[in-house]
Amino acid sequence: MLSKRIVVCLDVKNGRTTKGIKFKNNVDVGDPVEMAKVYYEEGADEIVFYDITASAEYRNIMIDVVERVAQQIFIPFSVGGGIRTLDDMRQVLLAGAEKVSVNTAAVLNPKIIEEGAKAFGSQCVVLGMDVKRVEVSDKIPSGYEIVIHGGRTYTGIDALWWAKEAENLGAGEICLNSIDADGTREGYELSLTKMISENVSIPVIASGGAGVPEHLYDVLTKAKADAALIASMVHYGTYSIGEIKRYLHDKGVKVRMVW
Amino acid sequence: MIAIIDYKAGNLTSVKRALDHLGYESVITSDPQEVLGADRVIFPGVGAAASAMADLKNTGMAEVLKEVYKRNIPLLGICLGTQIIFERSEEGDTECLGILPGTVKAFPRPLIDPQTQDTLKVPHMGWNRVKLIKKHPVFSDIDPQAEFYFVHSYHPVPEYTELIYGITEYGIKFVSVVAHRGVVATQFHPEKSGRPGLKILENFCQWRPYNVK
Repeated sequence: MLSKRIVVCLDVKNGRTTKGIKFKNNVDVGDPVEMAKVYYEEGADEIVFYDITASAEYRNIMIDVVERVAQQIFIPFSVGGGIRTLDDMRQVLLAGAEKVSVNTAAVLNPKIIEEGAKAFGSQCVVLGMDVKRVEVSDKIPSGYEIVIHGGRTYTGIDALWWAKEAENLGAGEICLNSIDADGTREGYELSLTKMISENVSIPVIASGGAGVPEHLYDVLTKAKADAALIASMVHYGTYSIGEIKRYLHDKGVKVRMVW
Repeated sequence: MIAIIDYKAGNLTSVKRALDHLGYESVITSDPQEVLGADRVIFPGVGAAASAMADLKNTGMAEVLKEVYKRNIPLLGICLGTQIIFERSEEGDTECLGILPGTVKAFPRPLIDPQTQDTLKVPHMGWNRVKLIKKHPVFSDIDPQAEFYFVHSYHPVPEYTELIYGITEYGIKFVSVVAHRGVVATQFHPEKSGRPGLKILENFCQWRPYNVK
């Protein structure tokens, strides 16, 4: 059977990681390449780079990061943030990423999912969804609304509808981020994750809210996520990936234990 | 020199990067002389069977690959490369190379987990185990608990059980490793499977198949 995946997310700005990181080893804590390598060696199943670079002139720096990462880690990794065109996708994939993630760009121009899937295969195209809980209404029957521009703009789009639509357009995977849970360290948004996961037939990566290993257990079992994304849990040295996997393994969740 | 077959199927550079990392020289090529002159050949791929076969026929690579097999040059198939080695694929009802006897079939839909009765997602994407049912030099020193990275909706169905070396479970049991003479082929991606995957690539780079005619 497939293992549940533990996905580590690194925020990258102007070629440097942005979160304060504690590493015991001799690692340049600001260098995304060095950090990716450490997480690869510690047993991460997949790595996500989220490029939060504001200005376009730094795009080439990100491509350089991707190229250097690809030379050193031999597990799948994806790149999201600022991907707007087919050409952006192509550059990232050619540089060695396994997948690209589109979020705001896909809401503004859903065709990019379709075109990306056609050009590179569905397995390359991840839909990133930022979601906020709202009142149930005719417009938002699921009670979850898509927000874009890093959570600043409400779109009036129902999250469940958008997930299904993206699957139809050819997305190969969904990375589902709850803005409400993000940064709280109080656990993933279980009801949202379960609703999306049960209603699409593509894998769902749950994101936002992980604080302790039990949160991963809950989202991977009760909420049926295929993968759990973590960031600060490991960035601040609170847990190692090995510890988290051991906890899940001991509780009967199938995770990759040999790496 | 290791030749990585160049066809319009993507994922060629990640195999090359893994070989670079291991210290083995390789070249991505669709030049018949270069392929037939190589010490060993890797046939990777992500994509659709029909367009890949069309491209292999157009470039003449289809015949070259059959010749690689005849000359017993060590050949590693990966994912779509593995599938195309067989006679026929259900994907787009495509006639393939026919180097090994057998076909390629889609996962049944719906695909049900026999233990939980849950409907499983297709493609089969992520980390899974391979149960090795026979020894093979390319799989030496691999931890039986090791997992490998898969992304696929179709799987090989060899005509003879003699060809089967590894089995993976995902709703059904399917063949994930086949081998015969100078050919070894995996449904998973060793170049994306961490250390155990790199070990398989390294074993392949050192493998000297003999006693074969």
